[in-house]
Amino acid sequence: MNIRRDVFQAIADPTRRAILLLLTTQSMTAGAIAANFDTARPTVSKHLQILTECELLSPEQQGREIYYHFNPNKMKEIADFIEPFRQIWDAQFNKLEEVMKKRKSKK
Amino acid sequence: MEQKTKIFVEDGKQDIIVIREFDLPLESLFQAHVEPELLAQWMGLKIIKLDTKNHGSFEFETIRDGRVVFKANGTIHQMKTNQQIVRTFEMDNSLVGVRLEFLDFESITKATSKLKMQMIYQSEKHRAEQLKLPFANGLNLAHNRLEKIVGELK
Repeated sequence: MNIRRDVFQAIADPTRRAILLLLTTQSMTAGAIAANFDTARPTVSKHLQILTECELLSPEQQGREIYYHFNPNKMKEIADFIEPFRQIWDAQFNKLEEVMKKRKSKK
Repeated sequence: MEQKTKIFVEDGKQDIIVIREFDLPLESLFQAHVEPELLAQWMGLKIIKLDTKNHGSFEFETIRDGRVVFKANGTIHQMKTNQQIVRTFEMDNSLVGVRLEFLDFESITKATSKLKMQMIYQSEKHRAEQLKLPFANGLNLAHNRLEKIVGELK
């Protein structure tokens, strides 16, 4: 339960969300990640550390460089928590669209 | 596929933001929120009262097998046609408490529109209770189905 709380903390920050987004398509080194942000390098390192601690990222040493990989399973944990609530609204809004479209065509 | 309804729940905050784009003109989207007959249809509720105006109020309920299974009420603080509804929302018999809602309606094109709902809870704890509800409902549904199956076995 503790880990889950940390995961939420991790994604609460916009820079950390942007980092996650970057890493969904490719693995990158800390330097390459930092190059995408105006933020100071140590700040980016801190974000990477937090994301690694809650297992959203996993670092891998390749020669002299550390590559960060995105861990989709951990991200799914977050989705599992919010997803049922989202689905309820999604279903209701689909129904709204359907009701209003029918009404329009009747006119 | 991109999800049509997006939801934002940030740690350390006490609100939930729901954003949805509709294949409907703005006027149509707004109308679906203020006309009792329409709201009843898409929300699957019985509208006891809905008076969408400044200082108006509403009361909804759902009856299943002659039993009230859901009841909610609130007051409309402010209504700006095709723009915004500010209201409170409270569900009976729940730990969620009263939430404050800002519904912002926006036109995208002539035929499409967007709704942003910000729901603010008394605390992060109250918000957590809200997010737990779909789980509880899912369990209840499963339980009801079980009861029905067991009932038929008898």
